[in-house]
Amino acid sequence: MADMNRAYTGESHGSVGSYAIGFVLSIVLTATAFGLVMVPVLPHVTTLFTIAGLAAVQVFVHLVCFLHMNSSSEQRWNVTAFAFAVLTVAILIVGSLWIMHNISEHMMPGASKSQIPMDNM
Amino acid sequence: MDITHETLAAHPEHGEHHGPGPNTVFGFWLYLMTDCILFATLFAAFAVSRRQYAEGPTGHDIFDLKYVAVETFLLLVSSCTYGLAMLSAYRNRINGLVLWLGVTFLMGLGFIGMEVNEFSHLVAEGNGPDRSAFLSAFFTLVGTHGLHVTCGLIWMVVLTAQILIKRKGIPSSYMNRLMCLSLFWHFLDIVWICVFTFVYLMGVQ
Repeated sequence: MADMNRAYTGESHGSVGSYAIGFVLSIVLTATAFGLVMVPVLPHVTTLFTIAGLAAVQVFVHLVCFLHMNSSSEQRWNVTAFAFAVLTVAILIVGSLWIMHNISEHMMPGASKSQIPMDNM
Repeated sequence: MDITHETLAAHPEHGEHHGPGPNTVFGFWLYLMTDCILFATLFAAFAVSRRQYAEGPTGHDIFDLKYVAVETFLLLVSSCTYGLAMLSAYRNRINGLVLWLGVTFLMGLGFIGMEVNEFSHLVAEGNGPDRSAFLSAFFTLVGTHGLHVTCGLIWMVVLTAQILIKRKGIPSSYMNRLMCLSLFWHFLDIVWICVFTFVYLMGVQ
């Protein structure tokens, strides 16, 4: 893909090739995720983890094919900022779920029975 | 630190030379990272209250996956057509640029139209954001994304109008704006991937 970029534009602008690859991959990944939920062939928990995995892969595809993130030196600060954002996002989401899960377990012993236990995403 | 010195040093010599104006685009990238954190808080709020139905409808009752699949398709295709617009811009083809921006705009408008339609149906059926914690979190998260897309559409109209008025080549300052909108638009598509996976697909499970 990097070669194609260079052949068309010389910089990390992307090319018809990278957009086409990104588009086809994201359509396939999206269709698979919707298909798995609309036509349930896998067990419940497996489906949850599979579609979460598909989403992660698709985000990566978009970052590389559409946002043209790469490991080149001019992209270094973009990638650093992105890595920090990912860390913050992980702390926020995992931390919130963890704390609220503990609260609902310890503070509302009666209420938690009627609710489906929160599964981590 | 490095980047500031390099780009400040590099800028005066380059002048009109085409290039994505590293400082502007990098600054916009940092904004997007903070936007990421905004969405993360909304996702966290949704994740915490996704089972708090208050005897109201569940995701299974109110989500129509085929409808969401069409919305997703519109946004995905619009991401790709914006990419084609950028490629036209790099080759200095204004007609192609405006054409692809127009297609992207229509796709985005279709997406927003479908979302407004979905929201108005939910509210009309009494399943508005005041119904349950789940619906409050749902409307806040999906609504914030929709608001971002709307802002992107307005930005797109303004930018296209400016380019049409200029009509002679695409100056490098416009390339920066196109580049920033490109990042914004692709970023919103990435947020939507998380929305349809964690809100809609996991909501109907």
